[in-house]
Amino acid sequence: MTPEEIADILKDKFGDRVTEVNLRGAHPHVVVAADAWHDVAETLKTDERLSFNVLRCLTSVDMPDDNEVLAAYDLYACDGTPDSAELWTKRHEFCVKVKMPRDNPHVPSVADLWPTADWHEREAYDMMGIIVDGHPDYVDGPDGRHPRRILCPDDWEGYPLRKDYVFPMSYHGIPGVTEYEQTRPMH
Amino acid sequence: MADIVLESRPDINVDGGGAIPRDSFPTEEMLINMGPQHPATHGVLRVMLRTDGEMVLEAVPHIGYLHRCAEKIGESVAPFQYIPYTDRLDYVSAMNNNLAFALAVEKLAGLEVSKRAQYIRVVMAELNRIASHLISFGCYGLDIGAFTPFLYAFREREMILDMFESACGARLTYSYITIGGVTEDLPERFIDVCEEFLDYFEPKIDEYNNLLSFNHIFVKRTANVGVISAGDALAWNLTGPILRASGVKWDLRKAQPDCSYEEFEFDIPIGEGAKGSVGDCWDRYFVRMLEMEQSVRILRQALAKLRGTEPGDVLHKKNRNLKLPEDDVYYEIENPRGQLGFYIQGNGTQVPYRVKARGPSFSNVSIVNHVCRNCLIADVGAVVGSIDMVMGEVDR
Amino acid sequence: MSWIENRFEEGLIVTSLDWAINWGRRSSIWPMTFGLACCAIEMMATGAGRYDFDRFGAGAFRASPRQADLMIVAGTVTFKMASRVKRLYNQMPEPKFVMAMGACTIGGGPYYKHGYHVVKGVDLIVPVDVYVPGCPPRPETLLEGLMRIQDLIRNSTIAKNRPGTKRETQVVSA
Repeated sequence: MTPEEIADILKDKFGDRVTEVNLRGAHPHVVVAADAWHDVAETLKTDERLSFNVLRCLTSVDMPDDNEVLAAYDLYACDGTPDSAELWTKRHEFCVKVKMPRDNPHVPSVADLWPTADWHEREAYDMMGIIVDGHPDYVDGPDGRHPRRILCPDDWEGYPLRKDYVFPMSYHGIPGVTEYEQTRPMH
Repeated sequence: MADIVLESRPDINVDGGGAIPRDSFPTEEMLINMGPQHPATHGVLRVMLRTDGEMVLEAVPHIGYLHRCAEKIGESVAPFQYIPYTDRLDYVSAMNNNLAFALAVEKLAGLEVSKRAQYIRVVMAELNRIASHLISFGCYGLDIGAFTPFLYAFREREMILDMFESACGARLTYSYITIGGVTEDLPERFIDVCEEFLDYFEPKIDEYNNLLSFNHIFVKRTANVGVISAGDALAWNLTGPILRASGVKWDLRKAQPDCSYEEFEFDIPIGEGAKGSVGDCWDRYFVRMLEMEQSVRILRQALAKLRGTEPGDVLHKKNRNLKLPEDDVYYEIENPRGQLGFYIQGNGTQVPYRVKARGPSFSNVSIVNHVCRNCLIADVGAVVGSIDMVMGEVDR
Repeated sequence: MSWIENRFEEGLIVTSLDWAINWGRRSSIWPMTFGLACCAIEMMATGAGRYDFDRFGAGAFRASPRQADLMIVAGTVTFKMASRVKRLYNQMPEPKFVMAMGACTIGGGPYYKHGYHVVKGVDLIVPVDVYVPGCPPRPETLLEGLMRIQDLIRNSTIAKNRPGTKRETQVVSA
């Protein structure tokens, strides 16, 4: 199926919850609202015409100019039978982006549909601060329930991939910078 | 003792034949910490085991001990400067990482690469696939307790590294495949030396099979251990030899051919459960041995095609001052460990707005908890070794 | 050997004992497997057949710090890993040596500028004896670093501390 047909199916089913459609360029995608994401994901997985059975990657992007944080889910559908001599083929691939307000980004978890999303969502929280609701591996923090950090230590402060992140000057006594008076990355 | 059945070893009688009645003495669970410094994990992986005696109830992997901020650096340097950082993602197969990033940027910016550069890229990528599978073969033997395969693997790997050193000057982190082609053309006798190496190497694969693959002890330790079904493999987004060992004949070099892979003939080996069940540790190991044979086949064809092209133009003019369009791309290629993907978002300047690397080992490691239920502690080492992760691309 | 060190003045017996003890120590340095990142692959290549570690007596890589003499920190040290590096260093018995292998352990390496999670040099955590530069260092460079450690041991003595015999840090020229 082409990206246009996939976008049409989603627009028919979800109407105005699909806020943008951008099919030109190297990465055709649609943008859906954050609270509708779990229903959209269920449709993407279970609908026979779509049946996206693999979630490739979850990318989180910080856009301070629009005061938004974006989560891009890349999916593809592959067909074949296990243990057969026939090559599996890729039926189609697609991307769905979810935009959230930068101060309070919440998105429902899709770890029940694609178990691989477990670690990807933990990384999205760790790096960008996207709070994933309903994540199976959660920790109760001062701002509520959020997924456990995966790459940085559990007591790390801040979300490193935000554009306004200030590098730590020291961590448990170990200095963060040695010679350069550096508090933010210099381009 | 708890009422647990050892799924991986149905022949071991947990009960003791009724000599010791169940529930006659209380047992406690133990929390054993494996790593992050441990000889049997490929890098700094920490696995927290909750065990009941020798049997593992839960094995939770903890990662992040090698988080080197690759994505933050990607937002600060131009693409041709980022190529050395992609080397260090999966440092064992650095050429393939360079290729993935270069292909993603070329797809975003719409650059065309010359035919000779494409063939050189294929040659380097497949040589590095052989080198990477040699390391996985050697280190898996080392994990299980066999030291000799490690020395044999490194003996052949040194010959491949000699060839790489003659082409680009480095032994491990090459930065040879760059945006728009390769940094410079191959040296004069490279193709001849490579063909001599292939003639020398092909009978060695049989030697490895005689040494380790069909060794009775090795088979006993790896067959029927850590079985992953095809459905599980797809749900947890396992890619690479692990997915193929579970019976799924999926390879991005065939499903999404790029960089002239469509001109080459090669097979995709899958796991057939020859020594146990489909998708066990032995299958994952043996698929890599078969893939080495297929890589040799691709290499012979690529070298023949390379002889047919004129030496000269291998690098695009816009390698250094390339302005990325205001668009994004997500592109994956088939690495020796799985599918390495790059999400690159440009904003009209030379420096990308966002670079995200999706390492194949990141998803591959997440299955450790699911697979290591009700297996012995020694099996955890076998499973972790068969997944063949490199922590550079797990933690980035 | 702590009961014998630092008690006697220099003399014939002490220097002969020195020669024997140092010969024994430098010919059987047992490194600890502390490969963290890419430099670990070069360390393994140095231990393999072509560039052999074992001909220096350093072939027995011990996993446990309690049985090791030399900690080759091979690879980037991150903040999450730093406490483990310190703990493993403390668990090693004297006399112990630390070799900082690779650019990342010397001063942060390629990650010194934008690495928020990278320790800019392992000497912020443990005292280092030999720095081996390279990214990753060639096996020959690593062997040169090992030989410098052997020189350090060769020049050490069990006699009372004379000025000028304190251990100094060495830098290998790549």
